[in-house]
Amino acid sequence: MPNSEEPSRTHEHALSQLRYIRSTMDGATRFTAVPGAGTAVIGVTAFVAAGLGQMQSTRDAMLSVWVGEAVVAGGIGLVALIVKSRSAGIDLTRGAARKFVLALMPSAVCAAAIALALAVQGQTTLIPAVWLTGYGSAVVAAGTHSVSTVPIMGAAFVVAGLAALFVAPQFHNALLALAFGGIHLTFGMHIARHHGG
Amino acid sequence: MIGHLRDEGGAEVFRLVNERVRLGILSALAVTHSLSFADLKQTLGVTDGNLSIHARKLEESQFIVCEKTFQDRRPLTQYTLTPKGRAAFERYLGHMEALIEAMRKPK
Repeated sequence: MPNSEEPSRTHEHALSQLRYIRSTMDGATRFTAVPGAGTAVIGVTAFVAAGLGQMQSTRDAMLSVWVGEAVVAGGIGLVALIVKSRSAGIDLTRGAARKFVLALMPSAVCAAAIALALAVQGQTTLIPAVWLTGYGSAVVAAGTHSVSTVPIMGAAFVVAGLAALFVAPQFHNALLALAFGGIHLTFGMHIARHHGG
Repeated sequence: MIGHLRDEGGAEVFRLVNERVRLGILSALAVTHSLSFADLKQTLGVTDGNLSIHARKLEESQFIVCEKTFQDRRPLTQYTLTPKGRAAFERYLGHMEALIEAMRKPK
C-alpha cells in the first residue's frame, strides 16, 4: 500500500532545503571586506592627532586638528576599503558592500552637517559628542551588513559620544583620543586578525 | 521522486549536498568569492569540528578548495567553490525546484 504522506514529506523537505539555502546565502553576503589593518592605522593617526591637539592653545585649534585627522582617516579608510575589497574580489557597488556603504552615509553626513552648524554658531562644546555619536551610529548601521565585530565597534563609539556629553570640555581631546585612537586600534587589530586583514 | 533523480546520475550530489552543513557551505560560497573558516563558521553557526569534518568531505569531492596561508603568523583558512562544486550545487537546486514544481502540478 503506497504511503500517501511520502510526497508531502518530500515536498516539505524540498521547501525546507530551499529556505535554508536562501537564508544561508543572505547571511553569507555580509560585507566581509571591512579593512581591519586600515582601521588600526586610523587608530594610530588618531593618537598622533590627539598629541597635536594637546599642544594647541585654543579649543578651536584643537578641534581643527581633529577635522584634519578626519580627512586623513577618511582617505586611509577609503584606500584600505578599496584594496581589501579588490583582493577579495568584492564589487563595492553591489550587494552587501553597497548596502554597507549606503548605510554608513546618512548618520555620518548628518553628524558632519550638525557639527558644522554648531561650529558656525560657536557652540563647539557639543561637537565631540556629535562626531562620536554620529560616527558610531553610522558604523552600527553599516555593521548590520557586515561581521558582528563592526556594529559592536560602532556601539563603543556611541557610548564614548554619550560620555562626551557629560565630560568637562578640557577632557574632550583625551576622550577623542581614547575613542578614535583606542577603539579603532583595538577593533581594527581584531578584524585584521579574524577577518582576513 | 528523489529516487528518480538519483537514477539520473545525481547520487553523489545528493549524498553530499543533502546534509545541512554541507549544503550551507556550498550555499554560502556560491554567493561569495571566498570565505574564511571564521566567517563560514559564523554564517552557519556550527562548531569548529563540525565545520572541519563537512568541509573536508566537500574538499575530497573537489567541490571546494581550501587555501591555508599565514597572516601575522596566524593560520588563515579560506574556502572557495570549484566549478565542479558550483555545478553540483546548481544541480541540487534544480532538483529541489523540480520537486516543488512537480507537487504543484494538478494530478
